[in-house]
Amino acid sequence: MKKKNFLFVLVPVLLLGAILYNCSNSKSTGNFSDAASKVYVAPGTHDEFYAFMSGGFSGQVSVYGLPSGRLFKVISVFSQNPETGYGYSEETKPMLNTSFGFVPWDDAHHPVLSKTNGEQDGKWLFINGNNTPRVARVDLKSFETAEIIEIPNSGGNHGSPFVTENTEYVVASTRFSVPVPQKDVPISSYKENFKGTISYIKVDKNSGDMNLAFQIVVPGFNYDLSHSGKGPSHDWSFFTSYNSEQANTLLEVNASQNDKDFLAAVNWKLAEKYVAEGKAKKMNAEYCDNNYDENTHKATTKKLNDVLVLNPKDCPGMIYYIPIPKSPHGVDVDPSGEYIVGGGKLAAVIPVHSFSKMLKAIENKDFIGEIDGIPILKYESVVAGEVQNPGLGPLHTEFDGNGYAYTSAFLSSEIVKWKLGTWEVVDRIPTYYSIGHLMIPGGDSRKPWGKYVVALNKITKDRYLPTGPEITQSAQLIDISGDKMKLLLDFPTVGEPHYAQAIPAELLEKNSKKFYELEKNKNPYAVHGEKEARVTRNGNEVHVYLSTTRSHFKPDNIEGIKVGDKVYFHITNLEQDWDIPHGFTIKGLTNAEMLVMPGQTKSVLWTPLKEGIYPFYCTDFCSALHQEMQGYVRVSSAGSNTKLLFN
Amino acid sequence: MKKLFLITAVSILLFGACGENKSGADEETAKKEKMAKIFGLTVFELDNGIGPIKEKLNLGPIDSKMVETGKKLFDVKCAQCHKLDERYTGPAQRDLIKRRSPEYIMNMILNPVEMVAKHPEAKKMFAQYPTQMTFQNVTQDDARMMLEYFRSLVK
Repeated sequence: MKKKNFLFVLVPVLLLGAILYNCSNSKSTGNFSDAASKVYVAPGTHDEFYAFMSGGFSGQVSVYGLPSGRLFKVISVFSQNPETGYGYSEETKPMLNTSFGFVPWDDAHHPVLSKTNGEQDGKWLFINGNNTPRVARVDLKSFETAEIIEIPNSGGNHGSPFVTENTEYVVASTRFSVPVPQKDVPISSYKENFKGTISYIKVDKNSGDMNLAFQIVVPGFNYDLSHSGKGPSHDWSFFTSYNSEQANTLLEVNASQNDKDFLAAVNWKLAEKYVAEGKAKKMNAEYCDNNYDENTHKATTKKLNDVLVLNPKDCPGMIYYIPIPKSPHGVDVDPSGEYIVGGGKLAAVIPVHSFSKMLKAIENKDFIGEIDGIPILKYESVVAGEVQNPGLGPLHTEFDGNGYAYTSAFLSSEIVKWKLGTWEVVDRIPTYYSIGHLMIPGGDSRKPWGKYVVALNKITKDRYLPTGPEITQSAQLIDISGDKMKLLLDFPTVGEPHYAQAIPAELLEKNSKKFYELEKNKNPYAVHGEKEARVTRNGNEVHVYLSTTRSHFKPDNIEGIKVGDKVYFHITNLEQDWDIPHGFTIKGLTNAEMLVMPGQTKSVLWTPLKEGIYPFYCTDFCSALHQEMQGYVRVSSAGSNTKLLFN
Repeated sequence: MKKLFLITAVSILLFGACGENKSGADEETAKKEKMAKIFGLTVFELDNGIGPIKEKLNLGPIDSKMVETGKKLFDVKCAQCHKLDERYTGPAQRDLIKRRSPEYIMNMILNPVEMVAKHPEAKKMFAQYPTQMTFQNVTQDDARMMLEYFRSLVK
């Protein structure tokens, strides 16, 4: 009787507690039982999409599978990686050369896949380096960085590297305006001396090789993001800007004064024509173009000294400003190429501009003014509609290809789904927390694959097990296949997942390289077979031509190295099959590990400072006899007579 | 039961291989057929390996040009694991042509992973040399050149 009474009280208390707990809990609740099956990729089976997530301040790109959220690879782009030797090996050090010298890091924000006819073609992935302005190109056969080009006359390459419809160009617009060319001036002379630039980098359609074709000098605002047109708007690119106030201090207040800032619409086809007609001026500018050659397995730096610059005053019809409410951030073009969506950080609506109305307004000279030769179009003449109540702080928009747009709202932490044409909001879903970009596979292209949207959140807080003050970053996978968006999965990311792009796995996986052909290895220090393995000395410079195969090095006993020698180990992996890398390190190496793929050569510099015996070994578990894969180097005193010997 | 059968079968094979072949050709064929069946192979595969070479080759006299090419290929693609006269990562190769049929040699070069997984002889070698031989990205023509090189090693 007593027991029964107790239960009688306990059950309602527990129920009430559960209800209260749910109400007070900020986390999403609900039934995830069918979500699990939607993200479950059975062992041994593959994901449907490759997702390339920017590493933000990690400087790298990480490759994930969707819908599982499994991490496959971190591609070294702007940051040295001691795990592979990227930026440490003699072959890859030139990749990080800039006009400021060797820069071992950058802030990588926007991965953008190459496109043909506005659709993803699976050839390359571009990503911008914000801090020391650069654009990198990643090869999607090797999943390695193939090229990094520096952007001169730029203070920070944020509005980049969005591509035109056939990847004719990659664009780059400067976030921080600076004197162009650089000079020593008072910061307070901002309005007089500081300029922005918009750059067009030509991409060779076969090799992918990038060349800075021309730059357009524009008023000194902060140019933020961009997207190029498609279909009818093929010839145009659109760039948002803020700080039309041209403030140079306390921008959070001083750059938020004007009711509207500007979207720059650039007719790049016309710009191309002006360049061909000789309207561009050649200007001195120092910058580097670094290319990695897959046959020599070696990067080289090309130093460049000038750039072609167009001034809008000399180029009528090339560029227009379109007003956009309050400090816009993202600019996104719908799959048809007609609608240009601006996202204003401080705006109460999302303005959607019409490309056809823009052309008409230009034709009618519907201008409300002009800045530095750039006509300003009348907002009302260009706007197609405004999305009302889009959430607070609307930033970025992607499209599902079925007539809907999805906009991230940073302040209200949600994704808002709205209909193109009617501009009505049809659904919204909270994100955890403070979403920045969002990504639908192909969601910026003419052919979105729909199905999912990934929320790329800025704040993680309580979503995962805590790991001290520094916690993981957070992405969320949301199902958009039905009328209502449905949260499926949280997954942690490497660095800040600033922006991402995803592509169906079938477009890439068939092209994925398995190894490098040894016959094609033209590295000057490569060995083609063990017979060529050797050690040579030239003064105090020693070259060890080392081969690896399972499970030995050749040579594996080296004597006659002296304290203070500059010893280069050139490691060639003679294997010719998939998934047999070998790693190399030697005791006391004040450099990185070298992870050498089959058929590849990597070189690392070692300067021994003390006499003794130094073991070296393979760091990547390669076979049953991996633990036997080792060698010794004998280091003698600087003046010793120990003969150079190797086996 | 199945195990016992296998052990018996393998014993027959081993003893058969060691003993003098006094029985007639028919008996030999029958034995081979039985063996092949145990391992799920054809008699041809048992003698000549599993892979793209599916019939006996017509070899002809040794071609010195092919030998030269084969040696070059061997030095680049194979020598990191095989020496001619001593054990290395893999077995010594000078007498290879005496130990294996020409077709077996080519199939082992062209299809080593499946060979080690399925062929009783290749399995035995894997137990002695515990590093999986890999396909070294060679063509069938390349393998033929290397075969010529192996033929030239034994007079």
